[in-house]
Amino acid sequence: MPDAAGNAPPILKVDGVTLQYKTTEHLVTATYRVSFEVHRGDRFVLLGPSGCGKSTLLKGVAGFMSPVEGAMSLNGRTIDRPGPDRMMVFQEFDQLLPWKTVLQNVMFPMECAGKWRGAEAAARARHFIEKVNLTKFADVYPHMLSGGMKQRVAIARAMAMEPEILLMDEPYAALDALTRRKMQEELLELWDDVRFTVLFVTHSIEEAIVVGSRILVLSPHPGRVKAELNCHQFDHTAQGGTEFQTLQRRIHDMLFAERIEAEEADAHG
Amino acid sequence: MVDATSRIVPPVRPEFELRDVADAQFGEVERPLSAFERVWNQTWVRRATIVVVLAAVWEIYGRTLNNPLIFPAFSDVAQAFWHDFAKGPLLSRMLTTLQVLLLGYAAGLSLAAVFTTLAVSTRFGNDLLSTLTAMFNPLPAIALLPLALLWFGLGIPSLVFVIIHSVLWAVALNTHTGFKSVSDTLRMAGQNYGLRGVSYVRKILIPAAFPSILAGLKIGWAFAWRTLIAAELVFGVSSRSGGLGWYIFENRNLLETANVFAGLLTVIVIGLVVEGVIFRAIEARTVRRWGMQR
Ligand SMILES: Nc1ncnc2c1ncn2[C@@H]1O[C@H](COP(=O)(O)OP(=O)(O)OP(=O)(O)O)[C@@H](O)[C@H]1O
Ligand SMILES: [Mg+2]
Repeated sequence: MPDAAGNAPPILKVDGVTLQYKTTEHLVTATYRVSFEVHRGDRFVLLGPSGCGKSTLLKGVAGFMSPVEGAMSLNGRTIDRPGPDRMMVFQEFDQLLPWKTVLQNVMFPMECAGKWRGAEAAARARHFIEKVNLTKFADVYPHMLSGGMKQRVAIARAMAMEPEILLMDEPYAALDALTRRKMQEELLELWDDVRFTVLFVTHSIEEAIVVGSRILVLSPHPGRVKAELNCHQFDHTAQGGTEFQTLQRRIHDMLFAERIEAEEADAHG
Repeated sequence: MVDATSRIVPPVRPEFELRDVADAQFGEVERPLSAFERVWNQTWVRRATIVVVLAAVWEIYGRTLNNPLIFPAFSDVAQAFWHDFAKGPLLSRMLTTLQVLLLGYAAGLSLAAVFTTLAVSTRFGNDLLSTLTAMFNPLPAIALLPLALLWFGLGIPSLVFVIIHSVLWAVALNTHTGFKSVSDTLRMAGQNYGLRGVSYVRKILIPAAFPSILAGLKIGWAFAWRTLIAAELVFGVSSRSGGLGWYIFENRNLLETANVFAGLLTVIVIGLVVEGVIFRAIEARTVRRWGMQR
């Protein structure tokens, strides 16, 4: 239902969420009272230093972890378990099923969820494999692919499902600079095409500005919200421009302010 | 004076750029392997060569020793094997053994499946399986034979009982370990597609743990085979319809040493066929093709 200003309601609502890991000896608070909203068509970026709980937050949204405090809902329904309406591209390379070829890997979730079957699923899979430029490798098993190629398969697999929201955990972190840039451009082109909604995790400020339309900046461990910024106006062509650099500087200062304060405190103490 | 090592400077060399890299002369880029190389690259050819060499050594040693009662030559054994296989009791003994073996193996596997299912789905099942395997896995199956004879009498049920014991724990332990070591990422990927319960186990856990499961099946097979032959040596199902173990025992008593060797040879050949043909074929088609094992 549209609100007073005529905007559609957000599809993903994260409200005061605290996520914790309990091991036999420790209790680790990964994120503390994080809130944000993602609207349809957003390229929403979670940005923060390593270990600040970005992956954890994504796992929460995916339904693999339940919050100890706060609530998360997708289209008004509380998130309580994983499901194919939130497809995840993991940070790790071993997310492809080694016993299936590239094509079968892309088809697998479609058939599991029963969304598409048989020839239709195969056709969709081929279409998205082509989009990530892996047509030649469709019938190859994952162990014969490079790390970046595996990641692209995972992206194709997630996109082909047309999820409500696409969850991507540093999908390009392990790629070389050239491939990464190409993949970022492809993602933007695809977005122009399909207008999916994506929640994207990265620790690269530059990548956040280029890929995202809105950035949630998280503080170091445990992750808390530091700021939410707009960056829909920037793409690769804006890179190096003054506005781009101002924003980059601003985020940089935000992320490293604490360290500078801490260092000063150390120096005085 | 400044330390000499701190002043090492690499020489400045002229730059260069190559044109026509594409046309440059490579060494050998691609050439078909010679016929010998291709044949020799086949694993079975290399292994068969080893077997032939061993047989030849055996034959020479047997002839120089010239004491067929203690150590018959390979040709004598082959002859005895052929004779007993075609006309004598060897074939039927072998079939009896295989029948009991398959029965026990299948029963052991089914029980292992039940135990592992319990273990992956409940914490109690997990503790149960861990405790039971820790207790029973080190216990040699043959040590249970006297007890089995007491409970089930002289016959197939006793044999099946000890085979189950030797298969169950090894297979359950391996399968369970395999399930436990499936990576979190794969598990999450599977759950992400909405897989749950049985379909999750069937479509994600079993294939992901397949290398361990296969290893368990192989170990279980070897254990079952050994246990059975040993048990048959002690008593022969019922002596009239005994198995291979009985055949070996019987011929020793008759001092037909060549036939004893023929019986042992049969045991070895069956082992080789199962390991080298059946399990190898499964491996080549699954774990090796998937790059989960080399
Ligand atoms: N399985 C786990 N058990 C216990 N603690 C964990 C576990 N996974 C992560 N943590 C802890 O939670 C915190 C957040 O981890 P998380 O993986 O979410 O970080 P991240 O922001 O994704 O970092 P990176 O950019 O390096 O991927 C870290 O302090 C980490 O030590
Ligand atoms: Mg992470």
